[in-house]
Amino acid sequence: MAIDIYKINPEFRDIMPKEIIDLEENATWAQNQSKPRGIKELPETKEILEEHSLCAGCPEAAALRYVLSALPKPEETIIVNSTGCTSLMFPHIALHTVHSLFGNQNAVASGIKRVLDWRFPDTEKDVVVLAGDGATVDIGLDYTLQSFFRQENITTICFDNEVYANTGGQESGMTPKGQVFKMAPTGKKFEKVKMWELAKTSGCHYSINMTASAPKAVAKAVREAILIAREIGPTYLNIYTPCILEIGLSANEGLGEMKDQDKDRFASYKYISPEAEEFLKKCKAEGKL
Amino acid sequence: MANQGPAYYSPYPAATYEGVITPPEGKALLLSDVVDEEVAMREIAKVMLTKENATIFPGPQVLYGFNEEAKKKATLIKEMAEVLNAKMIPMYDYRPKYPKIDAEVEINPNHPNLTIWHNNIKAAIFIGVHCHYANVALKIVRSETDCYTIAICGLSGHEDAMATLRDQHSSELEKFIKIAKEVKAELGK
Repeated sequence: MAIDIYKINPEFRDIMPKEIIDLEENATWAQNQSKPRGIKELPETKEILEEHSLCAGCPEAAALRYVLSALPKPEETIIVNSTGCTSLMFPHIALHTVHSLFGNQNAVASGIKRVLDWRFPDTEKDVVVLAGDGATVDIGLDYTLQSFFRQENITTICFDNEVYANTGGQESGMTPKGQVFKMAPTGKKFEKVKMWELAKTSGCHYSINMTASAPKAVAKAVREAILIAREIGPTYLNIYTPCILEIGLSANEGLGEMKDQDKDRFASYKYISPEAEEFLKKCKAEGKL
Repeated sequence: MANQGPAYYSPYPAATYEGVITPPEGKALLLSDVVDEEVAMREIAKVMLTKENATIFPGPQVLYGFNEEAKKKATLIKEMAEVLNAKMIPMYDYRPKYPKIDAEVEINPNHPNLTIWHNNIKAAIFIGVHCHYANVALKIVRSETDCYTIAICGLSGHEDAMATLRDQHSSELEKFIKIAKEVKAELGK
């Protein structure tokens, strides 16, 4: 049923633009695939971000592409986002997305997931929250943690750029200590919040801290997190996507910055609960990973 | 501003503030007049057959075959376009289009006036467009162009269109096509 909304009525085929016909014919919907989707889909897929309105070279745009390419069932996935740079990209995606109030994303996602489970008990529907560090850790921390406490079956992805970027550079809870921004001229006074550890202690079954420097690693984490959220409970990904403008880098320096931070603030952190680990083994055996 | 609603922030005039509201059940709206559905259908057919570059803008609810009613409506709209000698330009989704739309072949609810200006459209039918985006698009068209707008709506109609037919499903579309054929014959088009 979900995929039918992309099926063009034959009467209108001759007036539809090529991009919409391509979407119908070439999109990598899971029900058309024999193998799991992944990074290999990136060059061709229509449902993944084709154009975006972010700054040139923004690592967030690349990271979003990796995330979208790794969704196990894009046609059955709802992405809930919040105010921030990411919200500028969602109008360009041919997937179901919901824009929530700033910080409310995990509460909105909880409601959507529960209704979907009630309305479509026989269909696997995935709800993924995708928001920045301001929405996830500062303004929406209450909602984020409460959804973990309640063991909601949703995946939360935080694009951590360590700053309120599109409002001019204010410090966030995720900004590292001492960092100076245009609107934080004296430098941040306290340490970066270790949200990935909070996620673990709050009940997440899968928590990762990483950068978006390695596409395959991001895609693997997204896939694992969504599968675990579907069956077991909440999962959390903290992905570093630096704001190159706010930290004074050029358009071609984002990847280098992420690679540098792979060894520093974003040195790999991965927690998987024992039952999630067991479940992943089962998924691997079934070819879902 | 203190006692005025959010519509007052809109740069576009809204019909409701001029006292025009959607028609009651079983009726239709022609400009500010509530009339019988058949009267409105005749007038709509006449406008579409006589105005320059008459165009139908089908929206997502009829462009995509997500249920049997949508498939049936698609066949009828195609027939309607032939009877009215109208062109069809799709409003296939509501995402803002960057860097710019191709006004020749598509219409977007966020700037529908561009398509109407570009194609010099003087009469247009909106059909299968979700209400909230039809409301946005019709206000912009009403304010920015001299196009005669017609809303063929499955729910309660749109007061910002110059002509509104409400509760229009496939059986009502069949009735409209029948009337349009009669008007066409009368006009000798």
